[in-house]
Amino acid sequence: MKNKYLERLYNGVIKENPTLVLMLGMCPTLAVSTRAANGIGMGLSTTAVLILSNLVISLLRKVIPDQVRLPAYIVIVASLVTVTELLMEAYVPAVFAALGIYIPLIVVNCIILGRAEAYANKNTPGLAVMDGLGMGVGFTVALTLAGLVREVLGNGTAFGAQVFPEGWEPIAVFVQPPGAFLVIALFIAILNAANIKTRQRKLVEGGCDGCCAGCTEQCDGKEADA
Amino acid sequence: MTTSLILIIISSALINNVVLSQFLGICSFLGVSKQMKASASLGVAVIFVITIASAVASLLYDYVLAPYGMSFMKTIVFILVIAALVQIVEMFLKKKSPAVYKSLGIYLPLITTNCAVLGVALTNVQSGFDFLQSVVAGFGTGVGFTLAIVLLAGIRSRIREEDLPAPLRGAPIVMIAAALMSIAFMGFSGLAL
Repeated sequence: MKNKYLERLYNGVIKENPTLVLMLGMCPTLAVSTRAANGIGMGLSTTAVLILSNLVISLLRKVIPDQVRLPAYIVIVASLVTVTELLMEAYVPAVFAALGIYIPLIVVNCIILGRAEAYANKNTPGLAVMDGLGMGVGFTVALTLAGLVREVLGNGTAFGAQVFPEGWEPIAVFVQPPGAFLVIALFIAILNAANIKTRQRKLVEGGCDGCCAGCTEQCDGKEADA
Repeated sequence: MTTSLILIIISSALINNVVLSQFLGICSFLGVSKQMKASASLGVAVIFVITIASAVASLLYDYVLAPYGMSFMKTIVFILVIAALVQIVEMFLKKKSPAVYKSLGIYLPLITTNCAVLGVALTNVQSGFDFLQSVVAGFGTGVGFTLAIVLLAGIRSRIREEDLPAPLRGAPIVMIAAALMSIAFMGFSGLAL
């Protein structure tokens, strides 16, 4: 990829998709993907926080002392999340109510601290913003896809519109908690199958030992051996 | 009074299991459950931290944030309190009880970014729990987390020996196991409380 700004976008959406390849931010992915529209709402709010936190952290990367960088990042991210929370409550109360506690929990979303550690604090603001945008869009796409599959199978609708005829009984388990695990497991299995076929990438190996901050590097170096 | 507290424990540990029905703390649930021993240690550390964090968050909210009309600051305040608390617990254990520190030590920093801790603190405020109810809910949630992660670690030790189709190896089969556990836990929602 020639342009390094566009390369960031490609990296975030496809190559290192935060949800499906790095397996970061699984909590909101599993929790809010009951409807496709929820996936978009959650994805966009996380994207907004991610772009701004990457920007601020990149701008301050020479100011923040190395020893206190994590607390500093947490304060920056928490402030941005609070602003997002208040804005959403005021302007899109329906989305805010649907996503509930998962909006304030963007603070502890591994993607945000992970990108701060792995990318924003080492790169220029322009690149950091594109990295945030790429990762955010990758997250949104994964969430919306998961939401769509679950909504169609579990509720018979797509973005609220009926897709199956009246008589069809939806498989309710897909919109209940177990469905979240099943659909994401299926997504990763499909990705693994594609990777095995093309032999391009390593398999997706889940969870970075409970890490969050700074786990991107650990994950990158890890080979799947299960 | 006692009955309501027991109900909170049952509800937060089993019916609304923090991992299997609320999807909080998935990161460590999937990551650490590779080993049984580590899972049990992390579980104990989580029970410990969630209980203390719920207590401190509840006091702070009731006596500082709410009376001064600053409840919108709760996300920032809670995450800082949790981060500081984990540090203090770590230093305290290191000094007072090196044996416990040795077994829990490496898991403590991971707990700061475990969304279950912040999640419980925020849910307690949302449900309007008082101090005692918050502490009990925090404890129950920790127990639920430990139960789920230890069970999954047990299942994973069996999965390792199985001859699985290649695409399912690694993360997918673990999540399928979690899905089946989640279905089992849905049975608890039939309890009429």
